[in-house]
Amino acid sequence: MTEQRIGNTFGLDNQVFNSKLVEKEGNRLVLNVGPQHPGSGHFRLIVTIDGDTIVDLKPDPGYVHRGAEKMAEHRTYIQNIPHLERPVIIDSSNILFPYVLTCEQILDVTPPERGEYIRIIMSELNRIISHTYWLSIFGIFLGHSTMFMWPMGDRELFIDLAQSIGGTRVTFSYFIPGGVRNDIPDDFKEKALKTFNYFDKRLIEYEKIFFDNPLVLQRTKGIGILKKQDAIDLGITGPNLRASGVNSDTRKDEPYSKYDTIDFDIPVLKEGDCHSRAKIHLEEMRQSQNIIRQVLDIIPEGPVKHIFRGQMKGEPGEAFSRTEAARGTMFYHIISDGELHPYRVKISVPSFRNLIAMKHLLIGQHIADMPPIYWGLDYWPVEADK
Amino acid sequence: MVNSLMEKDLVHNLKKIMGKKLTVTKSKERRIKIETIPENILEVATAIKKLGFDQVMSNGGTDYPDKNLFKLDYHIISVNTKKLRRTVLQLTTHISKDNPSIHTLSNIFPSASYHEQETHENLGIMFEGHPRMERLLLPEDWDDIPPLLKEFKLPGR
Repeated sequence: MTEQRIGNTFGLDNQVFNSKLVEKEGNRLVLNVGPQHPGSGHFRLIVTIDGDTIVDLKPDPGYVHRGAEKMAEHRTYIQNIPHLERPVIIDSSNILFPYVLTCEQILDVTPPERGEYIRIIMSELNRIISHTYWLSIFGIFLGHSTMFMWPMGDRELFIDLAQSIGGTRVTFSYFIPGGVRNDIPDDFKEKALKTFNYFDKRLIEYEKIFFDNPLVLQRTKGIGILKKQDAIDLGITGPNLRASGVNSDTRKDEPYSKYDTIDFDIPVLKEGDCHSRAKIHLEEMRQSQNIIRQVLDIIPEGPVKHIFRGQMKGEPGEAFSRTEAARGTMFYHIISDGELHPYRVKISVPSFRNLIAMKHLLIGQHIADMPPIYWGLDYWPVEADK
Repeated sequence: MVNSLMEKDLVHNLKKIMGKKLTVTKSKERRIKIETIPENILEVATAIKKLGFDQVMSNGGTDYPDKNLFKLDYHIISVNTKKLRRTVLQLTTHISKDNPSIHTLSNIFPSASYHEQETHENLGIMFEGHPRMERLLLPEDWDDIPPLLKEFKLPGR
Protein backbone atom coordinates (compact mmCIF):
# COMPACT_ATOMS: atom_id res chain seq x y z
CA MET A 1 0.00 0.00 0.00
CA THR A 2 1.53 3.26 -1.08
CA GLU A 3 0.20 6.51 0.18
CA GLN A 4 1.08 10.13 -0.40
CA ARG A 5 -0.56 12.88 1.52
CA ILE A 6 -0.82 16.47 0.43
CA GLY A 7 -0.86 17.45 4.09
CA ASN A 8 2.78 16.47 4.52
CA THR A 9 3.93 18.86 1.85
CA PHE A 10 2.63 21.80 3.84
CA GLY A 11 3.64 20.43 7.22
CA LEU A 12 0.03 20.23 8.34
CA ASP A 13 -1.61 17.68 10.56
CA ASN A 14 -2.75 14.72 8.51
CA GLN A 15 -5.89 14.32 10.53
CA VAL A 16 -7.02 17.78 9.67
CA PHE A 17 -5.98 17.68 6.04
CA ASN A 18 -7.09 14.24 5.09
CA SER A 19 -6.47 14.89 1.43
CA LYS A 20 -5.06 11.77 -0.04
CA LEU A 21 -3.49 12.36 -3.40
CA VAL A 22 -3.39 8.75 -4.50
CA GLU A 23 -4.08 5.74 -2.37
CA LYS A 24 -3.80 2.20 -3.65
CA GLU A 25 -5.41 -0.76 -1.99
CA GLY A 26 -5.35 -4.00 -3.91
CA ASN A 27 -6.93 -3.24 -7.26
CA ARG A 28 -8.64 -0.18 -5.92
CA LEU A 29 -7.30 3.28 -6.51
CA VAL A 30 -8.51 6.48 -4.87
CA LEU A 31 -8.33 9.48 -7.18
CA ASN A 32 -8.98 13.14 -6.64
CA VAL A 33 -10.79 14.77 -9.51
CA GLY A 34 -10.43 18.43 -8.75
CA PRO A 35 -10.45 20.95 -7.18
CA GLN A 36 -7.88 22.27 -9.63
CA HIS A 37 -8.62 19.71 -12.28
CA PRO A 38 -9.71 21.47 -15.45
CA GLY A 39 -12.56 18.99 -15.79
CA SER A 40 -14.37 19.73 -12.56
CA GLY A 41 -14.40 23.43 -11.80
CA HIS A 42 -13.83 24.46 -8.19
CA PHE A 43 -15.05 21.18 -6.89
CA ARG A 44 -13.55 17.85 -5.91
CA LEU A 45 -14.79 14.36 -6.48
CA ILE A 46 -12.97 11.70 -4.47
CA VAL A 47 -13.34 8.71 -6.74
CA THR A 48 -12.49 5.11 -5.91
CA ILE A 49 -11.95 3.06 -9.02
CA ASP A 50 -11.49 -0.63 -9.57
CA GLY A 51 -9.94 -1.05 -12.98
CA ASP A 52 -11.82 1.66 -14.83
CA THR A 53 -15.12 1.25 -12.97
CA ILE A 54 -16.13 3.74 -10.30
CA VAL A 55 -16.93 1.80 -7.13
CA ASP A 56 -17.22 4.65 -4.65
CA LEU A 57 -17.48 8.39 -4.83
CA LYS A 58 -17.57 11.29 -2.44
CA PRO A 59 -18.35 14.78 -3.65
CA ASP A 60 -16.44 17.48 -1.80
CA PRO A 61 -17.93 20.92 -2.43
CA GLY A 62 -17.04 24.12 -0.61
CA TYR A 63 -13.89 25.38 -2.32
CA VAL A 64 -15.62 28.62 -3.30
CA HIS A 65 -17.82 28.96 -0.22
CA ARG A 66 -17.90 32.63 0.83
CA GLY A 67 -20.76 32.63 3.30
CA ALA A 68 -23.14 34.64 1.13
CA GLU A 69 -25.96 34.10 3.65
CA LYS A 70 -23.95 35.50 6.55
CA MET A 71 -22.71 38.46 4.54
CA ALA A 72 -26.25 39.25 3.45
CA GLU A 73 -27.19 39.81 7.10
CA HIS A 74 -24.77 42.74 7.19
CA ARG A 75 -25.98 44.49 4.07
CA THR A 76 -29.11 46.50 3.40
CA TYR A 77 -31.78 45.19 1.05
CA ILE A 78 -30.34 47.24 -1.82
CA GLN A 79 -26.68 46.49 -1.03
CA ASN A 80 -27.53 42.80 -1.21
CA ILE A 81 -28.38 43.05 -4.90
CA PRO A 82 -24.83 43.19 -6.30
CA HIS A 83 -23.73 40.86 -3.51
CA LEU A 84 -26.22 38.04 -4.01
CA GLU A 85 -25.80 37.74 -7.75
CA ARG A 86 -22.14 36.74 -7.37
CA PRO A 87 -22.65 33.01 -6.82
CA VAL A 88 -23.87 32.45 -10.34
CA ILE A 89 -22.66 35.24 -12.54
CA ILE A 90 -23.65 33.56 -15.80
CA ASP A 91 -27.24 33.43 -14.57
CA SER A 92 -27.14 36.60 -12.50
CA SER A 93 -30.68 37.87 -13.14
CA ASN A 94 -32.26 34.57 -12.24
CA ILE A 95 -30.59 34.33 -8.84
CA LEU A 96 -31.89 37.81 -8.06
CA PHE A 97 -35.41 37.14 -9.25
CA PRO A 98 -36.68 35.32 -6.11
CA TYR A 99 -34.71 37.74 -3.94
CA VAL A 100 -36.56 40.76 -5.27
CA LEU A 101 -39.89 38.93 -5.15
CA THR A 102 -39.28 38.09 -1.49
CA CYS A 103 -38.16 41.64 -0.70
CA GLU A 104 -41.32 42.96 -2.29
CA GLN A 105 -43.41 40.88 0.11
CA ILE A 106 -41.41 42.17 3.08
CA LEU A 107 -41.30 45.79 1.91
CA ASP A 108 -44.91 45.57 0.69
CA VAL A 109 -44.50 47.01 -2.79
CA THR A 110 -45.83 45.93 -6.16
CA PRO A 111 -43.78 46.54 -9.29
CA PRO A 112 -45.47 48.23 -12.27
CA GLU A 113 -46.63 45.95 -15.06
CA ARG A 114 -43.97 47.06 -17.52
CA GLY A 115 -41.28 46.34 -14.96
CA GLU A 116 -42.58 42.81 -14.51
CA TYR A 117 -42.50 42.12 -18.24
CA ILE A 118 -38.98 43.50 -18.55
CA ARG A 119 -37.94 41.11 -15.78
CA ILE A 120 -39.19 38.23 -17.87
CA ILE A 121 -37.16 39.44 -20.86
CA MET A 122 -34.01 39.69 -18.77
CA SER A 123 -34.60 36.40 -17.01
CA GLU A 124 -35.04 34.50 -20.28
CA LEU A 125 -32.04 36.23 -21.89
CA ASN A 126 -30.02 35.07 -18.90
CA ARG A 127 -31.32 31.55 -19.32
CA ILE A 128 -30.03 31.51 -22.90
CA ILE A 129 -26.70 33.04 -21.82
CA SER A 130 -26.34 30.36 -19.16
CA HIS A 131 -27.42 27.47 -21.39
CA THR A 132 -25.09 28.46 -24.26
CA TYR A 133 -22.20 28.69 -21.81
CA TRP A 134 -23.05 25.27 -20.45
CA LEU A 135 -23.39 23.81 -23.95
CA SER A 136 -19.89 25.02 -24.81
CA ILE A 137 -18.38 23.36 -21.77
CA PHE A 138 -20.37 20.19 -22.35
CA GLY A 139 -19.15 20.13 -25.95
CA ILE A 140 -15.49 20.56 -25.17
CA PHE A 141 -15.54 17.84 -22.51
CA LEU A 142 -16.91 15.43 -25.04
CA GLY A 143 -13.98 16.40 -27.25
CA HIS A 144 -16.15 18.36 -29.66
CA SER A 145 -14.35 21.65 -30.07
CA THR A 146 -16.80 23.06 -32.62
CA MET A 147 -19.51 22.83 -30.00
CA PHE A 148 -17.26 24.81 -27.72
CA MET A 149 -16.72 27.63 -30.17
CA TRP A 150 -20.17 28.00 -31.72
CA PRO A 151 -22.29 28.56 -28.63
CA MET A 152 -19.55 30.64 -27.01
CA GLY A 153 -19.59 32.89 -30.09
CA ASP A 154 -23.39 33.06 -30.32
CA ARG A 155 -23.60 33.76 -26.60
CA GLU A 156 -21.93 37.11 -27.28
CA LEU A 157 -25.00 38.26 -29.21
CA PHE A 158 -27.21 37.61 -26.21
CA ILE A 159 -24.72 39.27 -23.90
CA ASP A 160 -24.85 42.30 -26.20
CA LEU A 161 -28.65 42.32 -25.93
CA ALA A 162 -28.52 42.02 -22.14
CA GLN A 163 -25.84 44.70 -22.03
CA SER A 164 -28.06 47.09 -23.95
CA ILE A 165 -30.61 46.67 -21.14
CA GLY A 166 -28.51 46.23 -18.02
CA GLY A 167 -25.39 48.22 -18.89
CA THR A 168 -22.86 45.56 -17.94
CA ARG A 169 -22.00 42.29 -19.59
CA VAL A 170 -22.31 39.66 -16.90
CA THR A 171 -23.50 40.84 -13.51
CA PHE A 172 -26.30 43.25 -14.30
CA SER A 173 -27.64 44.09 -10.81
CA TYR A 174 -30.68 44.97 -12.83
CA PHE A 175 -33.55 43.67 -10.72
CA ILE A 176 -34.44 45.80 -7.74
CA PRO A 177 -37.27 45.50 -5.21
CA GLY A 178 -40.16 47.33 -6.88
CA GLY A 179 -39.19 46.77 -10.51
CA VAL A 180 -36.09 47.05 -12.64
CA ARG A 181 -33.42 49.73 -12.68
CA ASN A 182 -34.15 51.29 -16.06
CA ASP A 183 -36.26 50.90 -19.18
CA ILE A 184 -35.19 48.90 -22.23
CA PRO A 185 -33.78 50.88 -25.19
CA ASP A 186 -36.15 51.84 -28.02
CA ASP A 187 -34.43 49.72 -30.64
CA PHE A 188 -34.34 46.62 -28.44
CA LYS A 189 -37.18 44.82 -30.18
CA GLU A 190 -35.62 45.20 -33.61
CA LYS A 191 -32.20 44.01 -32.39
CA ALA A 192 -33.62 41.14 -30.40
CA LEU A 193 -35.74 39.77 -33.24
CA LYS A 194 -32.74 39.92 -35.57
CA THR A 195 -30.66 37.93 -33.09
CA PHE A 196 -33.43 35.39 -32.48
CA ASN A 197 -34.00 34.77 -36.19
CA TYR A 198 -30.31 34.12 -36.58
CA PHE A 199 -30.11 31.92 -33.47
CA ASP A 200 -33.10 29.80 -34.56
CA LYS A 201 -31.10 28.75 -37.61
CA ARG A 202 -28.05 28.14 -35.46
CA LEU A 203 -29.96 25.84 -33.13
CA ILE A 204 -30.79 23.61 -36.11
CA GLU A 205 -27.11 23.55 -36.98
CA TYR A 206 -26.24 22.67 -33.39
CA GLU A 207 -28.55 19.70 -33.64
CA LYS A 208 -27.00 18.53 -36.88
CA ILE A 209 -23.38 18.84 -35.84
CA PHE A 210 -23.64 17.84 -32.19
CA PHE A 211 -26.89 16.35 -30.97
CA ASP A 212 -27.35 14.00 -33.93
CA ASN A 213 -23.64 13.30 -34.28
CA PRO A 214 -23.03 9.52 -34.02
CA LEU A 215 -19.95 10.03 -31.83
CA VAL A 216 -21.84 12.23 -29.40
CA LEU A 217 -24.78 9.84 -29.39
CA GLN A 218 -22.47 6.97 -28.48
CA ARG A 219 -21.05 8.88 -25.55
CA THR A 220 -24.32 10.22 -24.21
CA LYS A 221 -27.23 7.92 -25.20
CA GLY A 222 -28.11 5.54 -22.39
CA ILE A 223 -25.31 6.91 -20.18
CA GLY A 224 -26.03 8.05 -16.63
CA ILE A 225 -29.72 7.20 -16.58
CA LEU A 226 -31.65 8.94 -13.83
CA LYS A 227 -34.98 7.19 -13.34
CA LYS A 228 -38.12 9.23 -12.77
CA GLN A 229 -38.81 8.07 -9.22
CA ASP A 230 -35.14 8.49 -8.22
CA ALA A 231 -35.10 12.01 -9.60
CA ILE A 232 -38.18 12.88 -7.54
CA ASP A 233 -36.89 11.28 -4.33
CA LEU A 234 -33.43 12.78 -4.55
CA GLY A 235 -34.85 16.27 -4.95
CA ILE A 236 -33.47 16.88 -8.44
CA THR A 237 -34.66 20.07 -10.04
CA GLY A 238 -34.70 21.96 -13.32
CA PRO A 239 -33.69 20.53 -16.71
CA ASN A 240 -32.31 17.39 -15.03
CA LEU A 241 -35.71 16.64 -13.52
CA ARG A 242 -37.54 17.32 -16.77
CA ALA A 243 -35.14 15.06 -18.67
CA SER A 244 -36.32 12.24 -16.39
CA GLY A 245 -39.94 12.65 -17.37
CA VAL A 246 -41.29 14.96 -14.65
CA ASN A 247 -43.21 17.90 -16.02
CA SER A 248 -42.34 20.39 -13.32
CA ASP A 249 -41.33 23.99 -13.91
CA THR A 250 -41.97 26.80 -11.44
CA ARG A 251 -42.93 29.12 -14.28
CA LYS A 252 -45.96 26.88 -14.92
CA ASP A 253 -46.50 25.35 -11.47
CA GLU A 254 -46.72 28.60 -9.60
CA PRO A 255 -46.65 31.36 -12.21
CA TYR A 256 -44.87 34.36 -10.75
CA SER A 257 -44.45 37.78 -12.32
CA LYS A 258 -46.42 37.72 -15.59
CA TYR A 259 -45.62 34.20 -16.75
CA ASP A 260 -49.30 33.26 -16.63
CA THR A 261 -50.03 35.64 -19.51
CA ILE A 262 -47.54 33.95 -21.83
CA ASP A 263 -48.02 30.82 -23.87
CA PHE A 264 -45.00 28.52 -23.85
CA ASP A 265 -44.14 24.84 -23.58
CA ILE A 266 -42.09 22.98 -21.02
CA PRO A 267 -39.86 20.48 -22.80
CA VAL A 268 -39.99 17.07 -21.09
CA LEU A 269 -38.16 13.91 -22.10
CA LYS A 270 -38.51 10.44 -20.65
CA GLU A 271 -35.11 8.81 -21.09
CA GLY A 272 -33.24 10.52 -18.25
CA ASP A 273 -29.82 9.98 -19.84
CA CYS A 274 -27.08 12.49 -20.66
CA HIS A 275 -28.41 13.03 -24.15
CA SER A 276 -31.89 13.98 -23.01
CA ARG A 277 -30.48 16.28 -20.33
CA ALA A 278 -28.58 18.07 -23.10
CA LYS A 279 -31.57 18.11 -25.42
CA ILE A 280 -33.75 19.77 -22.78
CA HIS A 281 -31.33 22.69 -22.65
CA LEU A 282 -31.58 23.10 -26.42
CA GLU A 283 -35.37 23.11 -26.40
CA GLU A 284 -35.45 25.52 -23.47
CA MET A 285 -33.43 28.03 -25.44
CA ARG A 286 -36.08 27.87 -28.19
CA GLN A 287 -38.82 28.39 -25.62
CA SER A 288 -36.99 31.31 -24.02
CA GLN A 289 -36.84 33.05 -27.38
CA ASN A 290 -40.51 32.29 -27.88
CA ILE A 291 -41.29 33.89 -24.51
CA ILE A 292 -39.31 37.06 -25.23
CA ARG A 293 -40.94 37.39 -28.68
CA GLN A 294 -44.38 37.30 -27.06
CA VAL A 295 -43.41 39.72 -24.30
CA LEU A 296 -42.11 42.22 -26.85
CA ASP A 297 -45.51 42.14 -28.55
CA ILE A 298 -47.65 42.63 -25.45
CA ILE A 299 -45.46 44.75 -23.18
CA PRO A 300 -47.42 47.82 -22.05
CA GLU A 301 -46.07 51.36 -21.76
CA GLY A 302 -45.52 52.92 -18.38
CA PRO A 303 -43.07 53.20 -15.50
CA VAL A 304 -40.64 50.35 -14.79
CA LYS A 305 -40.12 50.72 -11.06
CA HIS A 306 -41.70 51.78 -7.84
CA ILE A 307 -39.75 54.76 -6.47
CA PHE A 308 -38.89 54.46 -2.79
CA ARG A 309 -38.88 57.51 -0.56
CA GLY A 310 -36.56 57.32 2.42
CA GLN A 311 -35.01 54.13 3.69
CA MET A 312 -35.99 50.67 2.64
CA LYS A 313 -37.13 49.06 5.86
CA GLY A 314 -39.07 45.87 6.12
CA GLU A 315 -41.91 44.94 8.43
CA PRO A 316 -40.99 42.26 10.99
CA GLY A 317 -41.92 38.89 9.58
CA GLU A 318 -40.84 36.37 7.02
CA ALA A 319 -41.39 35.68 3.34
CA PHE A 320 -40.18 33.29 0.70
CA SER A 321 -40.35 32.88 -3.08
CA ARG A 322 -39.23 30.47 -5.69
CA THR A 323 -38.55 30.99 -9.37
CA GLU A 324 -37.22 28.91 -12.21
CA ALA A 325 -33.56 29.74 -12.83
CA ALA A 326 -31.47 28.23 -15.62
CA ARG A 327 -30.55 25.20 -13.52
CA GLY A 328 -33.81 24.72 -11.65
CA THR A 329 -35.80 26.13 -8.80
CA MET A 330 -34.14 29.04 -7.05
CA PHE A 331 -35.50 29.73 -3.59
CA TYR A 332 -35.10 32.52 -1.03
CA HIS A 333 -36.39 32.66 2.51
CA ILE A 334 -35.88 36.01 4.21
CA ILE A 335 -36.62 36.81 7.85
CA SER A 336 -36.89 40.48 8.74
CA ASP A 337 -36.88 42.00 12.22
CA GLY A 338 -37.87 45.45 10.99
CA GLU A 339 -34.31 46.71 10.63
CA LEU A 340 -32.44 48.01 7.59
CA HIS A 341 -30.68 44.66 7.15
CA PRO A 342 -32.41 41.31 6.79
CA TYR A 343 -32.19 39.19 9.95
CA ARG A 344 -31.63 35.97 8.03
CA VAL A 345 -31.36 35.15 4.34
CA LYS A 346 -31.63 31.52 3.33
CA ILE A 347 -30.81 30.66 -0.26
CA SER A 348 -31.53 27.28 -1.75
CA VAL A 349 -29.85 26.98 -5.13
CA PRO A 350 -30.52 24.36 -7.80
CA SER A 351 -26.89 23.20 -8.15
CA PHE A 352 -26.75 22.36 -4.47
CA ARG A 353 -29.92 20.31 -4.79
CA ASN A 354 -28.56 18.48 -7.83
CA LEU A 355 -25.30 17.63 -6.03
CA ILE A 356 -26.93 14.53 -4.57
CA ALA A 357 -27.33 13.05 -8.06
CA MET A 358 -23.60 12.81 -8.57
CA LYS A 359 -23.03 9.89 -6.26
CA HIS A 360 -26.20 8.25 -7.45
CA LEU A 361 -25.26 8.43 -11.12
CA LEU A 362 -21.50 7.94 -11.15
CA ILE A 363 -21.11 4.80 -9.05
CA GLY A 364 -20.86 1.78 -11.33
CA GLN A 365 -19.95 3.82 -14.39
CA HIS A 366 -16.70 3.81 -16.33
CA ILE A 367 -14.29 6.58 -15.53
CA ALA A 368 -14.47 7.67 -19.19
CA ASP A 369 -18.19 8.38 -18.73
CA MET A 370 -17.51 10.88 -15.97
CA PRO A 371 -17.30 13.99 -18.20
CA PRO A 372 -20.67 13.50 -19.93
CA ILE A 373 -22.40 12.67 -16.64
CA TYR A 374 -20.74 15.35 -14.53
CA TRP A 375 -21.15 18.12 -17.10
CA GLY A 376 -24.52 16.86 -18.22
CA LEU A 377 -25.86 17.68 -14.77
CA ASP A 378 -25.00 21.35 -15.35
CA TYR A 379 -23.48 21.61 -11.90
CA TRP A 380 -22.08 25.06 -11.13
CA PRO A 381 -19.80 24.78 -8.07
CA VAL A 382 -19.88 28.47 -7.19
CA GLU A 383 -23.66 28.45 -7.09
CA ALA A 384 -23.76 25.36 -4.90
CA ASP A 385 -21.14 26.68 -2.47
CA LYS A 386 -22.60 30.20 -2.13
CA MET B 1 -58.91 30.16 -11.61
CA VAL B 2 -56.69 29.82 -8.60
CA ASN B 3 -58.45 29.50 -5.30
CA SER B 4 -57.43 28.53 -1.81
CA LEU B 5 -59.90 25.65 -1.46
CA MET B 6 -57.30 22.97 -2.09
CA GLU B 7 -54.95 24.29 0.58
CA LYS B 8 -57.83 24.29 3.07
CA ASP B 9 -58.56 20.65 2.23
CA LEU B 10 -54.94 19.71 2.75
CA VAL B 11 -54.79 21.44 6.10
CA HIS B 12 -58.04 19.76 7.11
CA ASN B 13 -56.63 16.32 6.22
CA LEU B 14 -53.38 16.96 8.07
CA LYS B 15 -55.25 18.06 11.17
CA LYS B 16 -57.42 14.98 11.02
CA ILE B 17 -54.38 12.69 10.95
CA MET B 18 -52.15 14.50 13.38
CA GLY B 19 -54.64 16.04 15.79
CA LYS B 20 -52.93 18.32 18.27
CA LYS B 21 -49.44 17.37 17.16
CA LEU B 22 -49.30 20.33 14.81
CA THR B 23 -50.54 23.89 14.60
CA VAL B 24 -51.41 25.50 11.34
CA THR B 25 -50.21 29.05 11.71
CA LYS B 26 -50.99 30.24 8.23
CA SER B 27 -52.86 28.86 5.30
CA LYS B 28 -53.56 30.80 2.14
CA GLU B 29 -53.32 30.47 -1.59
CA ARG B 30 -50.30 28.34 -2.49
CA ARG B 31 -48.84 28.53 1.02
CA ILE B 32 -49.27 26.37 4.10
CA LYS B 33 -47.35 26.99 7.28
CA ILE B 34 -47.27 24.30 9.89
CA GLU B 35 -45.64 24.33 13.29
CA THR B 36 -44.83 21.34 15.42
CA ILE B 37 -42.62 20.40 18.35
CA PRO B 38 -39.28 18.66 17.59
CA GLU B 39 -40.43 15.34 19.08
CA ASN B 40 -43.26 15.03 16.55
CA ILE B 41 -41.38 16.10 13.45
CA LEU B 42 -40.91 12.59 12.11
CA GLU B 43 -44.61 11.73 12.33
CA VAL B 44 -45.67 15.03 10.80
CA ALA B 45 -43.20 14.65 7.94
CA THR B 46 -44.45 11.14 7.25
CA ALA B 47 -48.02 12.44 7.08
CA ILE B 48 -46.94 15.23 4.75
CA LYS B 49 -45.26 12.75 2.45
CA LYS B 50 -48.40 10.61 2.37
CA LEU B 51 -50.36 13.63 1.14
CA GLY B 52 -48.15 13.72 -1.95
CA PHE B 53 -45.40 16.18 -1.12
CA ASP B 54 -42.17 14.66 -2.39
CA GLN B 55 -39.21 17.05 -2.22
CA VAL B 56 -37.57 19.16 0.46
CA MET B 57 -36.68 22.31 -1.43
CA SER B 58 -34.85 23.97 1.40
CA ASN B 59 -33.93 23.52 5.02
CA GLY B 60 -32.55 26.39 7.00
CA GLY B 61 -32.17 27.42 10.60
CA THR B 62 -32.20 30.80 12.26
CA ASP B 63 -30.50 31.71 15.51
CA TYR B 64 -32.45 33.67 18.15
CA PRO B 65 -29.94 34.25 20.97
CA ASP B 66 -32.41 36.30 23.07
CA LYS B 67 -34.94 33.47 23.19
CA ASN B 68 -32.20 30.79 23.37
CA LEU B 69 -33.86 29.12 20.38
CA PHE B 70 -33.18 27.89 16.90
CA LYS B 71 -36.01 28.16 14.40
CA LEU B 72 -35.81 25.36 11.86
CA ASP B 73 -37.72 25.58 8.58
CA TYR B 74 -38.32 22.92 5.98
CA HIS B 75 -39.88 24.04 2.71
CA ILE B 76 -41.53 21.07 1.12
CA ILE B 77 -42.94 20.92 -2.41
CA SER B 78 -44.40 18.40 -4.78
CA VAL B 79 -43.09 17.95 -8.31
CA ASN B 80 -45.02 14.83 -9.24
CA THR B 81 -48.56 15.40 -7.97
CA LYS B 82 -50.06 17.84 -10.41
CA LYS B 83 -52.59 19.54 -8.14
CA LEU B 84 -49.99 20.06 -5.39
CA ARG B 85 -47.34 21.64 -7.59
CA ARG B 86 -48.36 25.20 -6.85
CA THR B 87 -48.20 24.76 -3.08
CA VAL B 88 -45.19 25.27 -0.83
CA LEU B 89 -45.52 23.79 2.63
CA GLN B 90 -43.41 25.34 5.34
CA LEU B 91 -42.75 23.04 8.28
CA THR B 92 -41.39 24.96 11.25
CA THR B 93 -40.11 23.85 14.60
CA HIS B 94 -38.23 25.48 17.43
CA ILE B 95 -35.26 23.81 19.09
CA SER B 96 -33.67 24.84 22.36
CA LYS B 97 -30.07 25.96 22.03
CA ASP B 98 -29.11 24.01 25.17
CA ASN B 99 -29.51 20.72 23.37
CA PRO B 100 -29.77 21.50 19.67
CA SER B 101 -30.74 18.12 18.34
CA ILE B 102 -33.61 16.81 16.24
CA HIS B 103 -34.36 13.67 14.25
CA THR B 104 -33.30 13.84 10.63
CA LEU B 105 -35.89 13.84 7.85
CA SER B 106 -33.40 12.46 5.34
CA ASN B 107 -34.77 8.93 5.68
CA ILE B 108 -38.23 10.16 4.70
CA PHE B 109 -37.09 12.80 2.21
CA PRO B 110 -33.64 11.88 0.81
CA SER B 111 -33.64 15.34 -0.76
CA ALA B 112 -33.23 16.85 2.73
CA SER B 113 -29.87 15.23 3.38
CA TYR B 114 -27.45 17.83 2.00
CA HIS B 115 -29.60 20.69 3.28
CA GLU B 116 -29.49 19.26 6.79
CA GLN B 117 -25.75 18.79 6.56
CA GLU B 118 -25.41 22.44 5.60
CA THR B 119 -27.63 23.52 8.50
CA HIS B 120 -25.58 21.36 10.85
CA GLU B 121 -22.28 23.02 10.01
CA ASN B 122 -23.75 26.52 9.87
CA LEU B 123 -25.58 26.40 13.21
CA GLY B 124 -24.39 23.34 15.07
CA ILE B 125 -27.77 21.59 15.09
CA MET B 126 -27.38 17.80 15.33
CA PHE B 127 -29.64 15.73 13.09
CA GLU B 128 -29.95 12.32 14.72
CA GLY B 129 -29.80 9.42 12.33
CA HIS B 130 -28.28 11.46 9.52
CA PRO B 131 -25.61 9.44 7.70
CA ARG B 132 -23.07 12.25 7.41
CA MET B 133 -23.05 14.77 10.25
CA GLU B 134 -19.79 16.35 9.11
CA ARG B 135 -18.28 19.37 7.43
CA LEU B 136 -19.58 20.11 3.95
CA LEU B 137 -18.92 23.63 2.69
CA LEU B 138 -16.73 25.10 5.41
CA PRO B 139 -12.92 24.88 5.13
CA GLU B 140 -11.31 21.64 6.26
CA ASP B 141 -9.43 23.46 9.04
CA TRP B 142 -12.40 25.47 10.35
CA ASP B 143 -11.96 25.70 14.12
CA ASP B 144 -14.35 28.51 15.02
CA ILE B 145 -17.98 28.44 16.20
CA PRO B 146 -20.63 27.73 13.51
CA PRO B 147 -20.70 30.84 11.31
CA LEU B 148 -24.43 31.54 11.16
CA LEU B 149 -24.71 31.94 14.93
CA LYS B 150 -25.38 35.58 15.75
CA GLU B 151 -22.42 35.63 18.13
CA PHE B 152 -20.11 34.90 15.22
CA LYS B 153 -19.00 38.34 14.08
CA LEU B 154 -17.80 39.00 10.57
CA PRO B 155 -14.23 40.33 10.58
CA GLY B 156 -14.25 44.09 10.13
CA ARG B 157 -17.94 44.54 10.98
